[in-house]
Amino acid sequence: MPRRDDLQRILIIGAGPIVIGQACEFDYSGTQACKALREEGYEVLLVNSNPATIMTDPEFADRTYIEPVNVDTVARIIERERPDAILPTMGGQTALNVAVGLHEAGVLEKFGVEMIGAKYDVIQKAEDRDLFKKAMEKVGAAVPPSGIAYTLDEAREVVSRIGLPCVIRPAFTLGGSGGGIAYNPEEFERIVNRGLELSRNSEVLIEKSIAGWKEFELEVMRDRKDNVVIVCSIENLDPMGVHTGDSITVAPQQTLTDREYQEMRDESLAIIREIGVETGGSNIQFATNPENGDRIVIEVNPRVSRSSALASKATGFPIAKMAAKLAVGYSLDEIPNDITKETPACFEPSIDYVVVKMPRFAFEKFPEADDTLGTQMKAVGETMAIGRNFKEALQKAMRGLETGDVGFGLSRKDPFRPGAPRALMPGKRELRKQLAIPTAERIQAVRHGLLAGLTEAEVHDASRIDPWFVRHMADTVKLELEMSEFASFEDVPASALKRWKSAGFSDVQLANHFGTEPARVRTRRRELGILPVFKRIDTCAAEFESYTPYLYSTYESECEVVETPAPKIMVIGGGPNRIGQGIEFDYCCVQACIRLREQGYEIIMVNSNPETVSTDFDTSDQLFFEPVTVEDVLHIHETQAVQGAIVQFGGQTPLNISLGLKRAGVTILGTSPEAIDLVEDREKFKALLERLDIRQPESRIAVTAEGAEQAAAEIGYPLVVRPSYVLGGRGMEIVYDRRALVRWVEEATEASPDHPILIDRFLENAIEVDVDAVYDGKRFVIGGIMEHVEPAGIHSGDSTSILPPHSLPDAVVDVIRDHTARLAEAVGVLGLMNVQYAVKDGEVYVIEVNPRASRTVPFVSKAIGISLAGVAARVMAGESLEEIGFTEEIVPEYWSVKAPVFPFTKFPGTDIVLGPEMKSTGEVMGIDANLGCAVYKAFDAASRTLPLQGTVFVSVCNRDKESVADVARAFHELGFKLLATPGTQRSLESQGIPAATVFKRGEGRPDVVDVISNHEVHLVINSPSNEPEARVDEKAIRTAALLRDVPTLTSVFGARIVATAVESMRRSGMRVRSMQEFHEELQAARAT
Amino acid sequence: MSATKPCLLVLEDGSTFEGTHFGHDGESCGELVFNTAMSGYQEILTDPSYHGQIVLMTYPLIGNTGVNTEDIESDGCDLQGFVVRELSPLVSNQRATVDLSTWLDEQKVVGLAGVDTRAIVRKVRTHGSLRAILSSVDTDRESLLKKLGGWQGIAGRDLVREVTCDSVHTWTEGLDSPFLPHVERVAVGSPRLAVLDFGIKRNMLRGLAAAGFDVTVYPASTPAAQVIEAAHDCLFLSNGPGDPEPLSYAVDTIRELTQTGLPTFGICLGHQLTALALGGRTVKMKFGHHGANQPVIDLTTERTEITSQNHSFVVEEDSLDAGKVEVTHVNLNDRTVEGLRHRELPLFTVQYHPEAAPGPRDAFYLFRRFAEMVASHGTAAS
Repeated sequence: MPRRDDLQRILIIGAGPIVIGQACEFDYSGTQACKALREEGYEVLLVNSNPATIMTDPEFADRTYIEPVNVDTVARIIERERPDAILPTMGGQTALNVAVGLHEAGVLEKFGVEMIGAKYDVIQKAEDRDLFKKAMEKVGAAVPPSGIAYTLDEAREVVSRIGLPCVIRPAFTLGGSGGGIAYNPEEFERIVNRGLELSRNSEVLIEKSIAGWKEFELEVMRDRKDNVVIVCSIENLDPMGVHTGDSITVAPQQTLTDREYQEMRDESLAIIREIGVETGGSNIQFATNPENGDRIVIEVNPRVSRSSALASKATGFPIAKMAAKLAVGYSLDEIPNDITKETPACFEPSIDYVVVKMPRFAFEKFPEADDTLGTQMKAVGETMAIGRNFKEALQKAMRGLETGDVGFGLSRKDPFRPGAPRALMPGKRELRKQLAIPTAERIQAVRHGLLAGLTEAEVHDASRIDPWFVRHMADTVKLELEMSEFASFEDVPASALKRWKSAGFSDVQLANHFGTEPARVRTRRRELGILPVFKRIDTCAAEFESYTPYLYSTYESECEVVETPAPKIMVIGGGPNRIGQGIEFDYCCVQACIRLREQGYEIIMVNSNPETVSTDFDTSDQLFFEPVTVEDVLHIHETQAVQGAIVQFGGQTPLNISLGLKRAGVTILGTSPEAIDLVEDREKFKALLERLDIRQPESRIAVTAEGAEQAAAEIGYPLVVRPSYVLGGRGMEIVYDRRALVRWVEEATEASPDHPILIDRFLENAIEVDVDAVYDGKRFVIGGIMEHVEPAGIHSGDSTSILPPHSLPDAVVDVIRDHTARLAEAVGVLGLMNVQYAVKDGEVYVIEVNPRASRTVPFVSKAIGISLAGVAARVMAGESLEEIGFTEEIVPEYWSVKAPVFPFTKFPGTDIVLGPEMKSTGEVMGIDANLGCAVYKAFDAASRTLPLQGTVFVSVCNRDKESVADVARAFHELGFKLLATPGTQRSLESQGIPAATVFKRGEGRPDVVDVISNHEVHLVINSPSNEPEARVDEKAIRTAALLRDVPTLTSVFGARIVATAVESMRRSGMRVRSMQEFHEELQAARAT
Repeated sequence: MSATKPCLLVLEDGSTFEGTHFGHDGESCGELVFNTAMSGYQEILTDPSYHGQIVLMTYPLIGNTGVNTEDIESDGCDLQGFVVRELSPLVSNQRATVDLSTWLDEQKVVGLAGVDTRAIVRKVRTHGSLRAILSSVDTDRESLLKKLGGWQGIAGRDLVREVTCDSVHTWTEGLDSPFLPHVERVAVGSPRLAVLDFGIKRNMLRGLAAAGFDVTVYPASTPAAQVIEAAHDCLFLSNGPGDPEPLSYAVDTIRELTQTGLPTFGICLGHQLTALALGGRTVKMKFGHHGANQPVIDLTTERTEITSQNHSFVVEEDSLDAGKVEVTHVNLNDRTVEGLRHRELPLFTVQYHPEAAPGPRDAFYLFRRFAEMVASHGTAAS
């Protein structure tokens, strides 16, 4: 069936900000969808509030609305743009929910908009548990015994019928939010209550737990002719009980016979037909009983998902692109396979390698959070690795994860490494426990258990990990033990070294085992000719020729890299997403690829993150899906005559390896590693600032605890303390007294053992400013100056920021410009630079200089209508800013606001107070001609919709009591009712602002938590005090607000801007406008 | 891990791959083909169509699910050797009874592991199927090349004779099998079906039994007269190994039987022999189709089936009399003929394997379609 000509304008709904359970895989899918539909000549409209995505770059859609992704706003966009259809299957659960909402609100019918990709009733059938169960029964697919409850009483009735343990799943939530496994009645009631709260329609499904069964996923595609193919099968190493997003997964499936697999496949076909997914990709999850092969259907996602991103990267079959083409009428047999070119997409990929995906967690950011893995997803990113055997793929994945593990064991922190003190080794009993309770560390517990003497059967019994996986891990351990047979590395024969390398051991692991340097291992390997080859991912196991160089390394005989004469540049990506290093950096890498390819370079992309656009095989000329480590990058470098490598765009990961690469002979483009080192080296940097006569908060460096205390005494409290070389503010803290300092020093040395502690004076209540700029060695241009809403001391990634600055005097902004320009020149920047300043009492202090792409680059690019990363990439390749045509700072007339999005709901027990340690997973952008409206939109997009009327609860610490008065007055004048704790109330009354009081916790009921829980409060202003006693109460307040979705401001600065936002929005109402229109306005202004 | 023994694979072009041995300790010559199915090695190993061939699996990890007593397609293994990247160190499946290496030893099949299978596939893809020798007893390359030079290859040979059944027998397994996809029993009564066994896979027999046929299996060389005498209602022509050209006896039998108007269904070799009987021609393909992911479009419905395939020869479309024979199915990858229907006679054939085992069962409905054809033909005739 050919392209549908009855459609002209199609609105794609994006996923909004990156949150746990919905990450940059939806940039991959949305970007592919935009490209595919435009390729077909459709006019593409896009709504997505996430500025860090590639899809929201103006060139990817005809009209891009960086607006909140919710029913109200999308309805306005539909009214304004009158699309013929909306495509809701590319933006995760968010997009599906919005589409359902638009349908139910009658918006689609009113404006004659068709839902393509998935229809309303299909979404209902897959999402509504009752309808789903009926559909499964109809096709004879088994589902676990279950029941649906809308109240706690109903839930009790269900559990009395099916028994414990059981799984509780709230309907319509992200990443299984609020779900869990209950083993006892107390746990059951707690999880049910939370689930009812979080579910959009206050609905939970309670089902019998089948924890311990094997878990599988099939990625299914269907077209309008009813052709159905399975793109990929996935087997979870972690058995049922751990969310698939938190599981280590393997493709293809390993432990099913063909009969069992085909039965699962047949059932998938029947299910997708019964659910009625007319076109596109779906994901079906199964569990099988390892004892007898019984099979149960767990879940169906009638849309592109995280697993489809993984399946696309694992097979080379671009599911999202295909799904977009199918949605507009094509059938699978009409679409060519991009990799083989001559064969169609209507087939099932056959792969001749093993893929392992590992989740990346961020528990170190949320120490109070429970790190047990369950049905609610907790991972913030993932890495994928490819090998010709499972051991190799697993070890590559583990070193690609960048958690300090350099493979399956043998890291420096490995308690079982030769020479590690025996006291650190956990005993068998402890290890059995670690195996039974799934956590991020369980995979290492398998190794530890085997080394400590547990049998494979015991490991399996405790963990329920399939014996096949356990055996491969046991064999890996055997290889490790074999290493001990050699007295020194020099004694190792080539055959043994080859065996270890084939099983995925890295040079670092071998070096750690033998007490030598990785470089020595490398040299020896080269002498012996033990080098990997690169094989292609081609969808067809080499049956047909592949035209797309999508490669992975392995220790085999034949290499499939093809030499080409074009000039080549290597772009090194950021590996798995984590807090502090997310999609923003992938955005920069992709922009570099696009812009440099336009200039005639062939781009070699290196990355290990399956969720990203950078690992789409059509983003670069050659894609190497490899861990971002010195060893792996050097192997690639050896096969290619590369002009140089770009390490500044992928975040800290490529920067961390840049010196190692340079030492091994790789040309680093742009700012030199030495210049990067200069700004990272506090002493050198301090000297540089002194020479330039630029202020910096007074600082010291300490290498011992005593030294730290002495330095603190010299500078005076409060202080900012941090380990050197970190991204995302890891280990950074503000300490107000000696006691806090001592405690921090004890813990922080863990964060970065090789580097000293940095101690700075903390500028309290200063305004923080972020600057992104480009320097080509001669000319300097500011990309954007952003003023933070929150005071200095809150990590810039967690701050709400406004471009251009809204409250800083021109003179101060000019000082900032001057400082930034002189810093760029003095540091020797070539490309991008980010500087963070604090402005206090009119004085400008430099907080931090980062001579690399920063997290704000995509936001600034969208605000000013220029691809900063693209400009910088060209500068790094040798062009001048003059030649590129970017010679002047652009200061828009409109306002761009960036707001962070936090994962607190996924980590119950965590306080939502912000600090120098970054905690946000993503960000949103609001653009508007009016500052307040832009702020309002940003909050709205971050799912912290501000109330336009109602009650504001105010409770601030003593130092804020005075400054909060004008904010309270503003809300009072807007007609809000004020509610305050007695202390704050008295302070407000004394300044003539009427406020009612409410009990503090423990002083009477109903107290503040009660009123928040009863939905009687619509906005909370609660600044943290530093007294430990008060913190418990404050935390209870903030947690109650979080659970009830009540926007909470923890600083007076934030509250002030929010008052402006509410006032503006009440006055002018929500108006939507595309980014392209804003940019046209900019162009027009610049032309005059 | 047991002690490893070297094993050599030498191809006719002289290229040599050394790895480790598993299965039977011995030596054999065969035509080297690769199979891209990621699961189902046990069904592949027991598929008589591989007689004369050394099979290389492109999926690198083989043996994970061991061998069980149920997923077998014939009495044993007829292939000449088995090549994998890595043999699983452990069996993990609730139905498994024995590990792959032990079973291949029993079956007298030489196995080779630890070679760059993808490099070999790329060689076969470029040069076409190659004659090869596999040995764990002789590791001298020159000696092996010499032995290979003395092997006659499979083209022009009657391999069917070596895998067909010895005597006429009936088949009932498959009725109510828990392992088959649901097949509606269309047949009115139980049509008496004659099956010509050219090296048949059991899942075809199971599928036919499940569709309601009363199945009698005949050796390949059975004369037409014997079948006619038994007064069957319909005819099934099975898969089988090698080149159809030398099987003139089978072609004659098929021509004779189909001309009687007996409703007929043929699969794979049965399809090729039918084409020959109808005056068509077959040719050897470069490296054939061996896998479980081949897309085949049904030209009448325009729907695509993902099919299981295993053939090295193919019917040439332009050799067929378009007035008599209609091409009903085409391979989407290379546009080769995948299915035929006679315009007058009740006869259809497919090149691919609707019985799957291994592979997708998208086309299993063909057994039912055959039953429907037989039923409607019966009605029309009476």
